[in-house]
Amino acid sequence: MIEIIIDTTIRAGTPIFFATLGAILMEKSGIINLGIEGLMLIGALSGFFFTYSSGNPYIGFLMAAIVTSLVGTIHGVLTIYLRGNQIVSGLALTMFGTGVTALFGKNMVGETIIGLDRMPVIFLKSIPYLGVLFKQDIIVYFSIVLLILIHLFLHKTSVGLNLRTVGENPYAADNAGINVNMYRFITVFISSGIVGIGGAYLSVSYTPLWIENMTAGRGWIAVALVIFSSWDVRKALLGSYLFGGIAANQLRLQAIGTNISVQLLQMLPYIFTIIVLILSSFRGEKNSSSQPESLGLPYDREDRI
Amino acid sequence: MFKKILLLFFTVSLFSAVYAKDLKVGFVYVGPVGDGGWTYAHDLGRKELEKLPFVKETRYIESVPEGADSTRVITNLAQKGYNLIFTTSFGYMDPTIEVAKKFKDVSFMHCSGYKTSENVGNYFGRMYQARYLSGIIAGGMTKSNIIGYVGAHPIPEVIRGINAFTLGVRSVNPKAVVKVVWTNTWYDPGTERNAAESLLDVGADVLTMHQDTPSTLQAAEKRGKYSIGYNSDMKKYAPNGFLTAPIWNWGVLYKEIATQVSKGTWKPESIWWGLEKKVVDLSPISKKVDKKIIEKVSAERKNIEQGKNKIFTGPIKDQSGKIVVPEGKTMTDAELLSMNFFVEGVQGTIKK
Repeated sequence: MIEIIIDTTIRAGTPIFFATLGAILMEKSGIINLGIEGLMLIGALSGFFFTYSSGNPYIGFLMAAIVTSLVGTIHGVLTIYLRGNQIVSGLALTMFGTGVTALFGKNMVGETIIGLDRMPVIFLKSIPYLGVLFKQDIIVYFSIVLLILIHLFLHKTSVGLNLRTVGENPYAADNAGINVNMYRFITVFISSGIVGIGGAYLSVSYTPLWIENMTAGRGWIAVALVIFSSWDVRKALLGSYLFGGIAANQLRLQAIGTNISVQLLQMLPYIFTIIVLILSSFRGEKNSSSQPESLGLPYDREDRI
Repeated sequence: MFKKILLLFFTVSLFSAVYAKDLKVGFVYVGPVGDGGWTYAHDLGRKELEKLPFVKETRYIESVPEGADSTRVITNLAQKGYNLIFTTSFGYMDPTIEVAKKFKDVSFMHCSGYKTSENVGNYFGRMYQARYLSGIIAGGMTKSNIIGYVGAHPIPEVIRGINAFTLGVRSVNPKAVVKVVWTNTWYDPGTERNAAESLLDVGADVLTMHQDTPSTLQAAEKRGKYSIGYNSDMKKYAPNGFLTAPIWNWGVLYKEIATQVSKGTWKPESIWWGLEKKVVDLSPISKKVDKKIIEKVSAERKNIEQGKNKIFTGPIKDQSGKIVVPEGKTMTDAELLSMNFFVEGVQGTIKK
């Protein structure tokens, strides 16, 4: 039973985790993106389409990342080079993603693919209770590797430090000789791709099919999770599994026949988010790991003081 | 002589113009036509309708939110000269009645509601009849005697389906139980799949659902279990374990109503057709199903079509074992439309 609950939690949490990871990375560079939902849909459709036409789910995931990165650059160009409003551009991206995937996905509705297989790790898979952690598919393992890589990148490399500086104080970064716009643009490009993998996980591995709007709000949960995890990728993993796990396992409680209110359980993750918001506001401005200082502000060299 | 011919010509042309009025038919959909479920089934009906000679044009507006937006969309269709308009979701009921007041020469048909007016009729299908038949198949195929049912929202339409299904199951297999899990969403493949898996984990070996996506079937297929679909034939999602699906054939109803409107014989009534008109039906039954069960299904189908089996005829007990419909009594349509209890054999709760 414990194994099943852990397994459900991981599978339900992984798409949200990728999306949150991408969103955090993007916001670290100072760019808010409310278009996560739209990007996930684009990832889901392109992942499904390329898996369908090539017969290989890995090509599907790769292409999902590439296509979503390219679409994500729309947001990049609008907000970085044209200095447009990031909130508006992000919302537009969500609507664009919903519409464009509905249009191009019409012929994919009703098609079927063979989803991603699980890849148990020898020896480790037979650990009692926790063995299930090593019976996942490769994308789940990849998400953990990516988490470690991004964390090390942000906190242990000079390029990561530069990136954080761009998000905190682009004027100082510019003075130090960092190309602010280029840093931001490349970050938006890569992190959009990460979000796309999350979308593809839904359509290629979790429920191997394509139907319109199949993310059903998971992109918005990711946007909330960025705040929940106070821009820390490690907490994002915790948050994603919490959200995904509760949403998925409350159904299990019903099947077993318990009488706990479903609505109450569905509320829990959101209540946690509010609590985290309150707590982080108590901690005040000193907390360096919290929101990047110039999040949402376009950078213009000529505004330098 | 010439005058007479001219007169005859006029009367004939006038008469024929009245006799078969050309139609422009509008549809308002709640979901995208690509949902593979509810709206998809309506759109198949629309395509059927287009084949009629006097239907000059059909048009649909998809993903229309219920409420103020729908009022605008329906008004727009009526203004553009669509003279028969189908609104295909419960939430469009009041907007349809409201708009219809302003366009007296347009015929409106609203799906799944209960209000009518001077030029608004409503229509629905007795899906519970097909659910009952699919229940017979599930009851015959289960080995564990646990059948899983993924439900969207605890509203009368869904509850009626679950109850009819369970009565079908128990008519051939009194030991079987039907476990219900509510997802609280019509449309979320991920959540539906989770619900399906949680039912499989508690021992269900046949799954069915009242949802708008086929992911329940995929979950069953992955574990090598049987599944019963809904809305349209969903065999391709579960080529091995798919048994059958209660399906909608809206085309039959749309063609009939369009013909009536075109001939001028249409009346704003409430239509609730069933198996006898093939508005609801079962998709082809899998070869894996036992011959005896198939025979039982066709026998019951005949009984239902001839009105001998009304399904909700007493004695019917609720979950606590209390008799709710006494022997010899049949629930009325009004009672069916407001059903809010589970029959004996269902495991699950309805939050009130």
